[in-house]
Amino acid sequence: MKLRMATLLPLGLFAAMGGVLMVGLNHDPRVMPSTLLGKPVPSFDLPALDPTQVGLKSAALKENGVTLVNVWGSWCGSCRYEHPLLMNLAKDKRFKLVGIDWKDNKPNADQYLNTFGNPYAQIGTDESGRTAIDLGVSGAPETFVVDKAGTVRVRIPGPLTPEIWAKDIEPILKEQGPAS
Amino acid sequence: MIRVLLAAFFILFGAATAQAVLPDEMLPNAQQELRARGISANLRCLVCQNQSIDDSNASLAKDLRLIVRERIVAGDDDKQVVDFIVSRYGNYVLLKPPFQMDTALLWILPFALLLIALAVAFAYLRQQPEPETELGDAQNDILKSE
Repeated sequence: MKLRMATLLPLGLFAAMGGVLMVGLNHDPRVMPSTLLGKPVPSFDLPALDPTQVGLKSAALKENGVTLVNVWGSWCGSCRYEHPLLMNLAKDKRFKLVGIDWKDNKPNADQYLNTFGNPYAQIGTDESGRTAIDLGVSGAPETFVVDKAGTVRVRIPGPLTPEIWAKDIEPILKEQGPAS
Repeated sequence: MIRVLLAAFFILFGAATAQAVLPDEMLPNAQQELRARGISANLRCLVCQNQSIDDSNASLAKDLRLIVRERIVAGDDDKQVVDFIVSRYGNYVLLKPPFQMDTALLWILPFALLLIALAVAFAYLRQQPEPETELGDAQNDILKSE
């Protein structure tokens, strides 16, 4: 009897370890938790990409109901992949879609928007990348949902997909109700 | 021959320790620069995740190195600089995770497993029967005579 316990123990340990490692297989190590969730959006004041428009200010986000802040760049490949979805989202009236043009230059950004369309109600440029660091951005694209109160609710690193949208963002829009 | 070997050694060694830190990033104050290097060596680059920002050529790593230096010049102590980065990117940026509630398992498990392994090994060795020793000639003679 004692022998059986001893032989089963390693098997049990092996199974437990296998279970843990199997969960780990489905865990993307590049997705890190954001330190901003549930906190007010960090303050920034970015110049507009189009100089005839007003810049993108963090303080102004609160006045517009729910805001989707999308960090992108003309140099960013996955942003192109995400772009058609953003063009569709631009039609949604429940939130305002704004862009932060990250580590980019105006000619390239303009060309990008002329080619693929401009889904953003407002675009701030972050050439130095300081605002992106304040937001904890590690790569483009990255999307933040800022609620009516100016609190960061969701951070989506990487391109948005309809699945992510339905799972992580739609519930918050429902909770926040119609745009004020 | 020795000279050639030495030269080869220094060329290889020099290449291996080539730094991502560019001269124009460095602080004029050597002591502050040294602190910046020490802090950056322990901060993870978020683009190439197993490199520190001190080793990485990624542009985000460069931005973070500049921020580290900026905070040092602004008068922050080492802990304040690290906290500044951690408040934006989380504990994840620390190459050596701190010991706290959610990392306790990470730190304790290796030692716990070692102890368990030792306990199991000890118990196993104790229950082994004494190996039979071969009898010497003298003892065989005694057995025969009996």
